Parts: sequence; structure tokens; C-alpha cells
Amino acid sequence: MHPVLKLVAQRIALSTLLLLAASVLIFVGTTILPGDVAQQILGQSATPESLANLRAELGLNDPAVTRYLAWLGAALQGDLGTALTNGRDIAESLGQRLGNTMFLAFWAAVISVPLAIFLGLLAVRFRDRWPDKLISGVTLASISIPEFLIGYVLMYFFAVKLGWAPSVAMINDSMSVWQKLNAIALPVGVLTLVVLAHMMRMTRAAILNVMQSAYIETAELKGLSTFSVIRRHAFPNAVAPIVNVVMLNLAYLVVGVVVIEVVFVYPGMGQYLVDHVAKRDVPVVQACGLVFAAVYIGLNMIADIVSILANPRLRHPK
Amino acid sequence: MRIPLAALIGLFFTALYFLMAIFAPLIAPYGMAEIVGDVWEPSSSRFLLGTDSIGRDLLSRMIYGGRTTIWIATMATALSFITGSVLAFLAAVTGGWVDQALSRFVDLIMSIPSLIFALVVLSVMPVTVTVLIVVMGLLDATRVYRLARAVAVDITVMDYVEAARLRGEKTMWIIFREILPNALSPLIAEMGLRFIFMVLFVSTLSFLGLGVQPPQADWGGIVKENKEGIVYGIPAALVPAFAIATLAISVNLVADWILNRTTSLKGGRG
Repeated sequence: MHPVLKLVAQRIALSTLLLLAASVLIFVGTTILPGDVAQQILGQSATPESLANLRAELGLNDPAVTRYLAWLGAALQGDLGTALTNGRDIAESLGQRLGNTMFLAFWAAVISVPLAIFLGLLAVRFRDRWPDKLISGVTLASISIPEFLIGYVLMYFFAVKLGWAPSVAMINDSMSVWQKLNAIALPVGVLTLVVLAHMMRMTRAAILNVMQSAYIETAELKGLSTFSVIRRHAFPNAVAPIVNVVMLNLAYLVVGVVVIEVVFVYPGMGQYLVDHVAKRDVPVVQACGLVFAAVYIGLNMIADIVSILANPRLRHPK
Repeated sequence: MRIPLAALIGLFFTALYFLMAIFAPLIAPYGMAEIVGDVWEPSSSRFLLGTDSIGRDLLSRMIYGGRTTIWIATMATALSFITGSVLAFLAAVTGGWVDQALSRFVDLIMSIPSLIFALVVLSVMPVTVTVLIVVMGLLDATRVYRLARAVAVDITVMDYVEAARLRGEKTMWIIFREILPNALSPLIAEMGLRFIFMVLFVSTLSFLGLGVQPPQADWGGIVKENKEGIVYGIPAALVPAFAIATLAISVNLVADWILNRTTSLKGGRG
């Protein structure tokens, strides 16, 4: 087998293994911890009989390993069980909401990724001058600001005071794409702001790292302009780290979406998870946890694979 | 020694918030859960920040809320540092399968986003302050572990550690007398960042309704209680959100300054 293919196959196998381990962790986290699910669902006033019935119904009397294997086996076949609170099929509700979340994350990524790379290049071009300092300052502020503050500030000014966009982002299937885009304008704006600074700073660092190498000095000494040095010499070498940065931030986006969905009452995965954590609906929480972990691990895997493909030096493990 | 302006501002606000947290009952004009006026009254001489969604004084709730938020964040940071760094030093000094097992386990926990993991765990645990501190502290210990292990691995190859080993010192002695003092300054700089992360973490959980439970006040919870007002143009929910942001930025400024100072003492990083 081609060595590159072999490395890629190894990464995929490793990620699958990691996801399997993560599923164990999620299962253990929701079952072996001291809280009793049946007690939590029925409350303190439950009679011993109803507790025993519910335990039997949930299969809580079986050994943990048996329950885990049954859960995993069903999940692999696309059966995530039924929600305790409303008895509906989890896979069905989850599929629709996952679609909505991906729609939101997709548009946030489409706007933030090119913008972040452009601003990162700008920061390198004007290093130590005001655009660079401004970008560093904004980054410092943005890692300190909770997502919901950005969300409510934008909502307060743009939706309530100016009336440019709706304050709640309700979407449904009967809406046209333009109506949907108008509805999600504010949450997309917030998500963009949340990941932008981070991505910008990491892009800047990745390019600066390349800029300090000897071949760049040579290019500068032979009299190329700064922009053509960046375009011809720095950028090709910085692509792999930048793709890495983008993937890591997309992974971050998937988590940031949880809070933003609650702020804007958006019918996505995050809202679904938070609602059912509050209702202590364990099967839904397990399913959501598994999907979030899968997306997160998947994006990290893509980042690794792209680095391997883009950087020949990573193809020869020592 | 000259303290830069940014660090001074950071120090001032950090001190202000911590003092407010410590002396909350003395400063707050009203009780934490005392209903004293109408719903969402605007700012006045009686209620400096106005009142909240059920007519409690917002300033008093902010002061008590700061106390809860800062207390939880501080305890969780302490827990994450103690757990993370002790395990990391143990891994670095012992090496072999202990190191492998701990490091792979940390990789595994970090493969699930911590907010999601916290939500999963909190779905079956009773949500109390202690549970919150333990869950947040242990999840964040993974990040401290990574940093502390990287620092400690560099130190374990030093001659003085080798000398201690040859003298026949026990593992614990090496960890606490040789590694810890030398690893302290990078860890302390990291502490500020972890504290900020904890403040944001607990606020996010409370905002989602899964952190500190009412009537107990905390900043994330106050945002949640007043968020409906935003749509009617009432900015009460923005007050605690701004408090969280200013606290986090202030601590960040101080941490930056400490980081620069400790590294320049050692000759700087260029």
C-alpha cells in the first residue's frame, strides 16, 4: 500500500477507536455515577414499585456491560432509542435538528474562514503596526467574553433597537432559503465573531512561523515585495497549519453553537441537548453526546489528514 | 519596578471584584433574594442598577452573584491545578506505562468537548455547587495535565533530578522538592487563564440553567433570569454579562503581565 494511504488509514482507524472509547465514556458518565436515573426521573416522592418498574423498563437491572453493548449495537444501526419524556424516536428528532445546526455552522464557517485568513495575512503584513495591535487586542477581549454576551448585545442593538433582523431565529421547512438566511443572520454573526479572533491569531502565528525561516529571508534579500513573498513562499508552506486552525475552530464552532442556539431559541442540536439535560432524559443526552463527540473527533481527524497530505515531512514518522 | 498601565487596570478591577465577593453581605444594599420593588424598574437612586425580572435589586444580586461565581471558579481552578499537576508530575517522573495510561486517558477525555461532557454528566447528577466544582475542576485538570507534563518532562532530564534519583530519593520527594519549585512559574501564569475559563464555564452552565440553581444568584444565572427583557429593550441581562467580560479581561491582563515578567527574569523569550 502507498505510504500516504497507509498513514491516512491509520488516522481513520485511530479516530474510530477514539470514538468507540468516547462512547464508553459517555455511557459510563451517565450510568455508573452515583445518580440513579429512575429516581431522578420520578423524583423523590416516587413509590418503590414505580421505581422498580421504571428500572426494569430501562433495563437498569442488567449488568452495565450488557446495557452498553445493546446501546452501542442499536446506535450503530441508526436506532438511538426513544426519548423518555415524550416517547418519540430520538434518531428522527435528532436528524432534523442536526441538519439545522449544520446549516447554522455552515454559514458561520463560510463567512468566518475567508475573513479570518484575510485578516491574519493583514496582521502579518502590518506586523507591530496598528492593524496588528488592533487584532491582538480584539483577540484578548474575545477569548474573555462569554458567547451569550456577544449574542445579547447584537440582539439588543440590531434586533430590538434597529429592527434589522428578527431576535429569535425560528426556522422551518416551509421557509425559502432567503427567509431562513434572514432568520439566522444574527446567530451567524455571533458565531463568526466568536471564532474569528481565534482563527485570525492562529493564522497569524502560523504564517509568522514560516516567515522566520531562511528561504523567506532569501526571498526578501533578492528583492521581492512583501505580498509576493507571502503569496509565493510563505502561503504554500503555511497552508497545512492554517487548514488545521480552520478545522479546530470548526470543531469549536460545533460546541459554541450550543449556547448560541439557546440565546436565539434556534431549533438545533444544542437546544435539544440542553432541554433534555434539564429534563434528565438520559437516552437523548447520550445520543446527543455521541453525535457531538463524533463531529468533534471527525473534524480533528480531517485536520490531521489534511496536514499529512499537505506536508511531506509528516509522511515519514520517526 | 514599573507596572504597565494595562496590568494596573487589570489589577484594580480584579481586586475590586474579589473584594466585592468577599464582603458581599456588607456592601449589598438589599438581601440576595429580597423582593423590594417592581419588575424591571429602571436605574434610580434607590436601585442603582434597577430591579430584575421579579423585582429584586439588581445591584445586590450582582454582588452576591459575583461571590458565587468567583468562589466556584476559584475552587474549581484550585482542584484542577492540584489534580492536573500532581498526576502530570507523577507521569513525568515515573514514565513507562503509568505515563502512557494517564496521557491516553487525558487524550480520551479531551476528545469530547468539555461543555458537552459536563452536560452529559450533569444530566444524572444532582446539580449542587460541590458537584459543579468537582465536574468542572476534573474536566479542566486535563488541560493542566498536558501543560504540567510538558514542563515536567523537560525538568526530569536535568542533572539535579538525576542526582536526586541517584541519592535514592522517593518519587514524592522528587515531585515536591525538585520538580514543583521549578515548574511553578509557567503554571502560575497558566492559572489566570484557567480561572477565566472557569468563570466562563460556570456562567455558561448557569446560563443554560444547568449550573447554580435559583434563588442562589450567580452571574450566568442572572443573565438567564433577565434574558426575556432584552426583546422589550430592557438591558438588565447585559449587566452580569459585562461583569463576566470585565473580570475575565482584567485577570487576563494581570496574567499576561506576570507571564512577561517571569519570562524576562529568566532572560526572556525574545
